[in-house]
Amino acid sequence: MTQNEQMMGDERIREETFFARLMKRPELGAIAGVVLVTVFFLIVADESMFTLAGVMNFMQPAAQLGILAAGAALLMIGGEFDLSLGSMVAFSGLVFGACITALNMPVFIAILCAFAAAAAGGLINAQIVLRTGLPSFIVTLAFLFILRGATLVGLKVATEGSTQLRGVRDAAGDGFVVNLFSGDAFPGLFVWLAEKGLIDTFKNGTPKVSGIPVEIFWFVIVTAIATWVLLRTPVGNWIFAAGGDSNAASNSGVPVKKVKTGLFIATACCAALVAVITVLDAGSTDARRGFQKEFEAIIAAVIGGCLLTGGYGSAIGAFFGSIIFGMVLIGLSYTNIDQDWYLVFLGGMLLVAVLFNNMIRKRVTGER
Amino acid sequence: MSTPIVEMRNIEKHFGNVIALAGVSFDVHPGECHCLLGDNGAGKSTFIKTMSGVHQPSAGEMVVQGKTVTFESPRDAMAAGIATVYQDLAMIPLMSVTRNFWMGREPTKGSGLFKRLDIEMANETTMAEMRKMGINLRGPDQAVGTLSGGERQTVAIARAVYFGAKVLILDEPTSALGVRQTSNVLATVDKVRKEGIGVVFITHNVRHAMAVGDRFTVLNRGRTLGTAKKGEINPEELQELMAGGQELAELEGSLGGTV
Repeated sequence: MTQNEQMMGDERIREETFFARLMKRPELGAIAGVVLVTVFFLIVADESMFTLAGVMNFMQPAAQLGILAAGAALLMIGGEFDLSLGSMVAFSGLVFGACITALNMPVFIAILCAFAAAAAGGLINAQIVLRTGLPSFIVTLAFLFILRGATLVGLKVATEGSTQLRGVRDAAGDGFVVNLFSGDAFPGLFVWLAEKGLIDTFKNGTPKVSGIPVEIFWFVIVTAIATWVLLRTPVGNWIFAAGGDSNAASNSGVPVKKVKTGLFIATACCAALVAVITVLDAGSTDARRGFQKEFEAIIAAVIGGCLLTGGYGSAIGAFFGSIIFGMVLIGLSYTNIDQDWYLVFLGGMLLVAVLFNNMIRKRVTGER
Repeated sequence: MSTPIVEMRNIEKHFGNVIALAGVSFDVHPGECHCLLGDNGAGKSTFIKTMSGVHQPSAGEMVVQGKTVTFESPRDAMAAGIATVYQDLAMIPLMSVTRNFWMGREPTKGSGLFKRLDIEMANETTMAEMRKMGINLRGPDQAVGTLSGGERQTVAIARAVYFGAKVLILDEPTSALGVRQTSNVLATVDKVRKEGIGVVFITHNVRHAMAVGDRFTVLNRGRTLGTAKKGEINPEELQELMAGGQELAELEGSLGGTV
């Protein structure tokens, strides 16, 4: 018994407080950020920002970014970047739009084509990075331009000279598949809630919010899958290992190259998902779709606790990082503050997050 | 004595026109710690890399549990029960002890879409295995980066033992460690040996070798200078063998025997 006690305890190790444990969670910074930003807007902004309609307003851009950020976060934890993410949105948007309008394909097939194009892009990125050993930063930077340019050229070909492809929404029509990727979910529920007087309505009795925008569902689903994979599957362990030290990982039998290839493809598929959702939403696509989203997604991932050096981070953190983005982007219009402060805020937030992450990493690894 | 688990017979290894190993014979029995000593450049690293499947011998024979084998890769050697703990450990500081312990061999439960990490089992096993080695972790989610060098060595050793190593090759496990950590690692070696695992302990520190070794083999310039059993040789003789004899006697004299 005494021996057992000896084995269980060690007088040199202090019990960790709840707070100390919390400090080690990678997503802590992002959650703290959400709280801070919420408090800020509760004080400064018009109170309509936090009505149901207001929340849906800022959750929509947050969700579109968050889908990308979940992929970017996983890829960063795996030790790579994808700067071609935004251009990938534009490119797969073009593929999707062109398949529907110019080639008259059914929506379902067009969506498959968009995903296939993105996956191929991700595969090419991965193969070049892994075979040449070049930093993914440079390789995907090249594809940032290549894909953006290819989109522009492709648009002109598909539309015979224009840089905007219109009429996607009309050609897509209405159907189960279209409803999966566009519009609002649960309209019936919201009508019912309005009838019961539980949510705000217009004067004629229709609810102000007609449903939950589908991208918010996708946002939650993608984050949930990413978190599940990361924390509860062997592949998740391989992702951490590949990003932490790819040499040590492959010595221990982790298929590092397969993991990284998979991550590049998965990230590209997130871009395709955002492309399909936003193109159906707007009814058209153009060459600027997804512009600079690669940076925003990486910033959201970093705010979410991902280290630039890989091997550490969380998809939940990227989730909250994206919500911060949405809140500030939309929230500023509820205040008297000039909206252009948004970019200043973006840079500032990134800087604070990186400093904070460095501190956290030192805590985790016990570096001094 | 029992039959050796691994027997290396007249191993030669040539790199182009460089002869790194010129006929080295070496064996390990279950439950013994066989120390391989030698100065820098003696061929220790080449030899253990041959043993662990990184290099293929140019000539000679490897016998594992009575069967002649050829290893094409470290994976083959691992499958045959030969595990190597290298100096630059295959550990990832940012990851928890559990995640490091199971890296590449994660336990799962469930099937199909619901196939998932068996986190509870992984955590419990890791804690138990580490406790066996005398290390009390703060928790299974403690990052490896917070462990000391000696503790990291122990995690690597515990991992190899848990995954069924019959022979454990330790490449200079004590070279970068302080006094206390060194004794921890030596104590771990002793525990492992008592479980019936053969330990190959590579070092150039005679004191560390004498502390845990059952037999001592000295390598010099790619050849074995002979094998001695514990008690048959004293540290001074071993030291002299390692250095090749000549000038060390003089040096030792001038340094007051502290080398």
